[in-house]
Amino acid sequence: MKAKVYVTLKPSVLDPQGKAIQHSVQLLGFGGIADVRQGKYFEIALDEGLSETEARANATRMASEVLSNPIIEDYRVEIEP
Amino acid sequence: MKFGVVVFPGSNCDHDAYHVISKHVGQPVDFIWHRDTDLSGYDAVIIPGGFSYGDYLRAGALARFSPVMNSVSKFADAGGLVLGICNGFQILCEAGLLPGALIRNRDLHFICDHVSVRVESTDTPFTGQLRRGSILRIPIAHAEGNYVCDDVTFAELKRDNRIIFRYCDAQGHATAEANPNGSRDNIAGICSRGRNVLGLMPHPERACEDLLGSSDGREIFSSLAATLAAAA
Repeated sequence: MKAKVYVTLKPSVLDPQGKAIQHSVQLLGFGGIADVRQGKYFEIALDEGLSETEARANATRMASEVLSNPIIEDYRVEIEP
Repeated sequence: MKFGVVVFPGSNCDHDAYHVISKHVGQPVDFIWHRDTDLSGYDAVIIPGGFSYGDYLRAGALARFSPVMNSVSKFADAGGLVLGICNGFQILCEAGLLPGALIRNRDLHFICDHVSVRVESTDTPFTGQLRRGSILRIPIAHAEGNYVCDDVTFAELKRDNRIIFRYCDAQGHATAEANPNGSRDNIAGICSRGRNVLGLMPHPERACEDLLGSSDGREIFSSLAATLAAAA
């Protein structure tokens, strides 16, 4: 079983890296880009014996207590059997 | 009085802090390995600068889980004096001992420079010998020093006079141009509710000898020593 965790900066937090990336992408000729936000992606291999509910609960705790800083970041957890 | 300097894998200003305490403050000081948990016998603990755990995940995020940090939290809760410098400030924020967070600098650069910092409050154990409004020349060296916090926290910091240092220009004005990293309201350092935990991005331990370009940082350490001497 695999947990996928996406960590992104809260909308209220400025993302200078995203802005720099947006600028580069625009230089490449892509128009119509309103915004780019950079985040982090984690793949966590979990024990096969876990139920999906347990896996989600564990991954959510990891996401909230370690992988993200709740002051500046949001997270989203996906469980893949 | 006895000082402790916590050492994480990747700390690199631990020896500077140790040097300042032993040579300039003239007091006993120990290194405290991050796996140690016994802080009894210490009157003040310094969380030094560096790149603990290589700044993996987020600056300071992994150091927070080192065994010593539980003890530092308890030490702070009991009123012990904790000074976090640069990476130490980042660790204290990650550990929840100070509010807010430090994110990538506004212009994405690692900045290594001497800056001017204005003393905003002398009402802390670390700034008692300074003068409010005085300007210190202290170096900064960081890529993640952009202080952010929510509006409620910001209002509380201002109301309780917990913003201790602000980046300013040579005349002491905290202007946008004098803000090196984009920190909210030019914040360079804050203290805890109990005022016994101070975190700042500038490196006072690197500004304790004229040979190094400035000795303005000494007054922070001498204030700390004076507080401890008065309490003894």
